[in-house]
Amino acid sequence: MRRIITLTVMNRPGVLNRITNLFSKRNYNIESITVGHSEIEDRSRITCIVNVESVQIAEQITKQLNKQIDVIKVQDITDQSVVARELALVKVAVLPATRSEIYSLIEPFRASIIDIGKDSLVIQLTGETNKIEAFLELIKPYGIKEIARTGTTAFARGTQPADQGNRNYSIV
Amino acid sequence: MMEKAALAEKEVQSNSRISGAEMLINALKRQEVEVLFGYPGGAVLPIYDSLYHAGMKHVLSRHEQGAIHAAEGYARISGKPGVVIATSGPGATNLVTGITDAMMDSLPLVIFTGQVGTGVIGTDAFQEADIVGITTPVTKHNYQIRDTKDIPRIVKEAFYIASTGRPGPVLIDIPKDIAALGDVEVEPESISLPGYQPTTEPNYLQIRRLVEAVSSSKKPLILAGAGVLHAKASKQLLEFAEQQQIPVVNTLLGLGTFPPDHPLYIGMGGMHGIYAANMAMYECDLLINIGARFDDRLTGNLSRFAPYATVAHIDIDPAEIGKNVPTAIPVVGDAKQALLQLVKQNGKRSDSEPWRKQIHAWLEESPYHYEKEESKALKPQRVMELIYELSKGDAIVTTDVGQHQMWAAQYYPFKRPNAWVTSGGLGTMGFGLPAAIGAQMAEPDDLVISINGDGGVQMSIQELGVIAEHNLPIKIIILNNGSLGMVRQWQEIFYDSRYSQSVFASQPSFSKLAEAYGIKGIDARTEEEVKQAFTEEFPEHKPVLINVFVEPEENVYPMIAPGKGINEMVGVKKR
Repeated sequence: MRRIITLTVMNRPGVLNRITNLFSKRNYNIESITVGHSEIEDRSRITCIVNVESVQIAEQITKQLNKQIDVIKVQDITDQSVVARELALVKVAVLPATRSEIYSLIEPFRASIIDIGKDSLVIQLTGETNKIEAFLELIKPYGIKEIARTGTTAFARGTQPADQGNRNYSIV
Repeated sequence: MMEKAALAEKEVQSNSRISGAEMLINALKRQEVEVLFGYPGGAVLPIYDSLYHAGMKHVLSRHEQGAIHAAEGYARISGKPGVVIATSGPGATNLVTGITDAMMDSLPLVIFTGQVGTGVIGTDAFQEADIVGITTPVTKHNYQIRDTKDIPRIVKEAFYIASTGRPGPVLIDIPKDIAALGDVEVEPESISLPGYQPTTEPNYLQIRRLVEAVSSSKKPLILAGAGVLHAKASKQLLEFAEQQQIPVVNTLLGLGTFPPDHPLYIGMGGMHGIYAANMAMYECDLLINIGARFDDRLTGNLSRFAPYATVAHIDIDPAEIGKNVPTAIPVVGDAKQALLQLVKQNGKRSDSEPWRKQIHAWLEESPYHYEKEESKALKPQRVMELIYELSKGDAIVTTDVGQHQMWAAQYYPFKRPNAWVTSGGLGTMGFGLPAAIGAQMAEPDDLVISINGDGGVQMSIQELGVIAEHNLPIKIIILNNGSLGMVRQWQEIFYDSRYSQSVFASQPSFSKLAEAYGIKGIDARTEEEVKQAFTEEFPEHKPVLINVFVEPEENVYPMIAPGKGINEMVGVKKR
């Protein structure tokens, strides 16, 4: 099962190394990890997506992460209502004949073109992983030259719906 | 002109400026460090220069691994952090085994390593190693100091982290120029570690749940580990066990937490534990783990570990709870605080009398035993019994790793906490001799007996030099069976007696080796010779090495084979 774990950490040298080291030491598999500054100076926020066999292992991961001195807070937000996004940059081949077709794909996905070359375009797309996968699938036949993806970054929504029982939206 | 003005200003300030190394020494003094274990080298020369007139006791080991195991022995017996200094590169990497050992057995250490100057870090400079990277997985925390003025704060933080919560090793890497540079010293008043808030007070509701579980159980059992020692909670453990009449099993590292002659005491559990302890863990309906981490050498096959029990686990480290064994009643907190609360609750006692009778029947039926054959050489188990008898059971015992370690755990009942120093989690050969040095430094007046095998002792035998130099009255005993006994035993049982590289083709004369270091050396082959050596040498306040030749083919029993459950011990002799 996929779990979304977010961490608030002290922004110190080597902190990301400590986190990734812990994952490899304990034989946990990270699917993606993103880091960036948080709203507080000298604290960073990390989002980890991990694929684990059971809730017990996910719990063990959060406990082990919590033991790190530079880790201030760890949350497994998988079962909450979350906003989760990743960014993808796609360089796709264009021919005069395909240009307008590609443009027509961009609009429904709310993607944007951020660079135009002689025979290629760079498309920027943000959204949940599924949306990005779907877009890449559509654009593939035109010839993808390069893809760069950030991995997921996420946090819990400001308001949690009252009924958490039948949550079937907003999964990564 | 500008330069001259800057120089003049520097001179004015110079009164309050001290070097990084001096700041470090001051910080150690503030922590009331009594003794340092270490080995100098290029990158720590500024630190050693400051030590020259500092008036602190420094023990010069003969190998960095000796220094760190000595610091572990010191930490284990004194309860205070052991302090180690080593140089960059090879000095630092020679510490890695000891750091890992301390991490596994939760021993507080503060380790200072030198580092090449900040200008050349990352260039593969002479004697450079990325020790912070290397030790990240095996330290509780580590630092590299980048600014001289951070030294006092980081040292204070390191001692705090090492000795609170679940204790562990903390490493501080100090580049040479940082130690040499001067700055104005600012003593840290308080430290702020927002990410480190160990829980010591247990949750009241969980304590209540545990009290209720005890009252409704028929077969309650306590498993007491080293966490009881770290929390200094032996007295509270005894009170709780007596109040509720719950029998007690120890882990290897928990030996000494409970009086061995007490009617509620069963003994050590696990791979080479006593039959009754393992059967009790198998049959109990409530297992209260206090400060043990359910190591696989204790549990055997997890599917057959405590299969009928509700498991309660008291631990200061929440990550240990549920790590290996599903836990119904988790109690995060200090063992002493938890036990105090449990005793105070004074819940309704369970009716455990038939259970205690059953345990006594197991104890009667299958005690530790060995065959006494007249024709064969001296039995190692007999040597352990003699050590116990002739030291009156009052000694601090350190061991190395292997068969002798298990025999010591089986045949030397520990009457008090803080008398047993052994490498449990990592199983580090070469640990015992230097650990005895640290233990003797912590308790100069106690009788310290270092029990070793002929294999392990050769991994750190150079530390005899330290024992001789400081005239430490350690009684070094070698159980010499001419082989790597535990390896040989496993090869006999699991590899069809194919003794691949486990029997020594040649051995030094250990007694002569001791003499070469200026330590009295004795060879003993018979019970009479051993008795004589012990009787004469134990009261002497000076070191001695007693090389005891024992039956080479003796094995450690009973035993749980790998993959088997705790209810499937072999080598159990039934009366």
